[in-house]
Amino acid sequence: MTSLWIVVALILGFIITFQIAKASEYVGILRGEEKSRKQNNRINGFMMLAFLIAGLVGVWYCNERLKGKILGEAASVQGERVDTMLYITLAITGIVFFITQIVLFWFAYKYQEKEERKAYFYPHNNKLEVIWTVIPAITLTVLVGFGLYYWFEITGEAPKDAQVVEVTGHQFGWEFRYPGKDGILGKKYFKNIDETKGNPLGQLWDDPANRDDIYVSNEAHIVVGKPVKLVIGSKDVVHDVGLVHFRMKMDAVPGTPTIMWFTPKFTTRQMREKYGDDFNYEISCDQMCGKGHFSMRGVIVVESQAEYNIWLAKQKPQYFAAHPEAAPATPVTTPATGDTTKVAANSTTMK
Amino acid sequence: MSNDATIHVHGAEVTIHEAYEMHDHHHHQSFITKYVFSQDHKTIAKQFLITGMIWAIIGGLFSVLFRLQLGYPDTKFEILETVFGHWAKGGQINPEFYYALVTMHGTVLVFFVLTGGLSGTFANLLIPLQLGARDMASPFMNMLSYWFFFIASIVMFSSLFVQTGPASGGWTSYPPLSALGQASDGSKLGMDLWITSMALFVVSSLLGGLNYIATILNLRTKGMTMTRMPLTIWGLFFTAILGVLSFPVLFSGFILLLFDRHAGTSFYLSDIYVNGQILPNEGGSAILYQHLFWFLGHPEVYIIILPAMGLVSEVMSINARKPIFGYMAMVGSLFAICILAFLVWAHHMFVSGLNPFLGSVFVLLTLLIAIPSAIKVFNWITTIWRGNIRFTPAMLFAIGFVSLFISGGLTGIWLGNSTIDIHLHDTYFVIAHFHIVMGVSAFFGMFCGIYHWFPKMFGRYLNNTLGYIHFWVTIVGAYLIFWPMHYMGMAGVPRRYLDFRLWSSFNQFSDLNKMISIVSIIVFAVQLMFVFNFFYSIFKGRKVRSTNPWGANTMEWTTPINPGHGNWPGEIPEVHRWPYDYSKDGRAYIPQTEPVNPNESMAH
Repeated sequence: MTSLWIVVALILGFIITFQIAKASEYVGILRGEEKSRKQNNRINGFMMLAFLIAGLVGVWYCNERLKGKILGEAASVQGERVDTMLYITLAITGIVFFITQIVLFWFAYKYQEKEERKAYFYPHNNKLEVIWTVIPAITLTVLVGFGLYYWFEITGEAPKDAQVVEVTGHQFGWEFRYPGKDGILGKKYFKNIDETKGNPLGQLWDDPANRDDIYVSNEAHIVVGKPVKLVIGSKDVVHDVGLVHFRMKMDAVPGTPTIMWFTPKFTTRQMREKYGDDFNYEISCDQMCGKGHFSMRGVIVVESQAEYNIWLAKQKPQYFAAHPEAAPATPVTTPATGDTTKVAANSTTMK
Repeated sequence: MSNDATIHVHGAEVTIHEAYEMHDHHHHQSFITKYVFSQDHKTIAKQFLITGMIWAIIGGLFSVLFRLQLGYPDTKFEILETVFGHWAKGGQINPEFYYALVTMHGTVLVFFVLTGGLSGTFANLLIPLQLGARDMASPFMNMLSYWFFFIASIVMFSSLFVQTGPASGGWTSYPPLSALGQASDGSKLGMDLWITSMALFVVSSLLGGLNYIATILNLRTKGMTMTRMPLTIWGLFFTAILGVLSFPVLFSGFILLLFDRHAGTSFYLSDIYVNGQILPNEGGSAILYQHLFWFLGHPEVYIIILPAMGLVSEVMSINARKPIFGYMAMVGSLFAICILAFLVWAHHMFVSGLNPFLGSVFVLLTLLIAIPSAIKVFNWITTIWRGNIRFTPAMLFAIGFVSLFISGGLTGIWLGNSTIDIHLHDTYFVIAHFHIVMGVSAFFGMFCGIYHWFPKMFGRYLNNTLGYIHFWVTIVGAYLIFWPMHYMGMAGVPRRYLDFRLWSSFNQFSDLNKMISIVSIIVFAVQLMFVFNFFYSIFKGRKVRSTNPWGANTMEWTTPINPGHGNWPGEIPEVHRWPYDYSKDGRAYIPQTEPVNPNESMAH
């Protein structure tokens, strides 16, 4: 019913507007087209100024209303770099924005048509043009310089002691694998995927490195202050691991593993104290992946090393889920792994 | 051509009556050859424009529908179920429908409206008229270009009605999502129709583009050197070059996608376990498609914006009654943008796992584009400085264009910097950025062109009052809709989410979403008012009584008010000067066709 009323209101509004518009055209012709054109010109010239002022107030008001809802403190060391870069860019583009918009609308208002005014024939001025080529060029060099410095810092090699977690996206959820005590993720092959047989990731059980790998879905745990390196993949379509609080993002591409690392600064509990009890480090899928894209949510729990150890101790390697007969006899054992297998496994699973 | 008539008409004032009479003596056309399968560039321009307008209404309506969902995620609109059946069961848009809507909104507006509708209209209308040609280099190819566009439109439109729905993988249609019917309903028949339609669209674009280039290079009238061409033509020229060089790459990308879908190849597919099924494909790269797509996809945004820049430059100069400031710099920056457009595509892929070093090269090249863009903005502003501005609706849209181009261009500096892009990639910030800089501002360029050249197209004016309302509501609305989205983007809110209630990180903007939805409905309604104004004025608008109603210098205003096929009844006038001699030596304007007076002050 409401929608009907809205439609009726719109139509009525339109008819009235149209009648006024038509009438004003006739009146214009009666009064002399030139005269009414000049009147319109004055109105629109005034509107330019009004729009400028209203716009500036609007920009201020919008900022007042929304600034509290965005960009809470970055929760990772790398995220701070992103924020710094963002503020540097905001400052520079902000200045340019205000100057150019103010000048544009001010000129439009000031130089509206007047009887006595003659437009100034001013086809070019090389000096001026060189100036406003060089200034943006210098500014951009600064921005590129800062940007790339941070970019290489963020995308460079992860520290050697980083904790490795494998993230796999699927329609529509997240799965994680921890390398277990040996510190290596075992090999996997997508044709081995068999959810009914406890092998959702297609791990190759022949690879001893797989014996202690731990599988969890939807919720991952990581340690505060310790770099974490995510090895990201996808089972079906392109997804994206979006970690808004850490300011991190990386696509999950089937067939091509990708890597992202960061150092979380605050535990989930610390963030809850700051931002309320419903706070969670959420993983959002940031690459269109199908009808459930908007609900492809995962959670990362950041906790102290002690808490993490307790959590980890409760997890059983996926090997036992796939081989129930092996489970009771052998508690979490690690097959002997030399350095050679480690290198080999590394090179195949996380390129 | 038959209009190379014996009668030579002196002076500019030719009445409609005379023009028609001359026309009729030489041309006897049936309704079909005159209005349907016409080879007259002016008629083809109108065909492109009207087809584009129909698409714009459809594409705009889609955005209103998905804005309803975003603004009111928990409200049931019974009317939606009445109209869309199971796509909106219980009056709520279901996810597949939502994704189909955003996909078609993007596809339709980017390709069918702002590429086909914008370039198609103004390249066809203005290239021959402003260069002094009787028609395009190949009028027949030109006609084919429209009819391929038409068939592409029909195929795309029909995809809206298939049972599994139209393509729904986003306007970029990344595989594997777009390659696998198992992954999404929209990737079934809808996707095949999408690819077919886009392939036809590419053909149309190439036929058109080659023709525009050939015409601009070969059919300029005597005296019309390249540096005497109006900036509109330069904009359209670079647009055509961009299209001709990049559309084939997109085409190849689509062909490979089609093979992956139906021929069992693995160009884009590898290691896939979808919907409980292990696929045999190995060795392909999903990222390859992204490279092929964005190799067109990025130039595409310049294909959209360069014609708008040209139109705006021209209209701005005429209505400020001043020459465009820095003509050569304007041409140079168009050229620079055209070159750089090919070298920045991977900035859409910073977080795709791209090699960080490669990423850094693309950062550098991307931010370089800011320099020619800045030059253009400063030159536009200087053009209105100390002018004597007439606020025609066209001029308002030109000023609005510059304002939007500044706002949207500056945020490009954020996104082009890979460090910031990590956070902002695929968020509402991106939506805000590209809607302002190439969506709304290209529309402003297009409106600017329509209001300005409507008298040339139809011999009548659009209603001014409606034009003013159209402008002010649209610019205020555009800022109200897209400005706050920057904030949502900084909060990290992802694109293409139809419901945020599940999330604790993104659910803080529901009031804002309501406001945006309401404003977008109002803005859409005002666009419908413009469409009404357009069709009403074709038949009932105030008649144009002088051949040169805006006091402009360019050649289209030396033709009769309603030019026939062939444009000039007599010989094509010769050109003696650049098109921007406004307010020179105390004269309001000096048409390009006027010989240079020996006492004139130095030319530009």
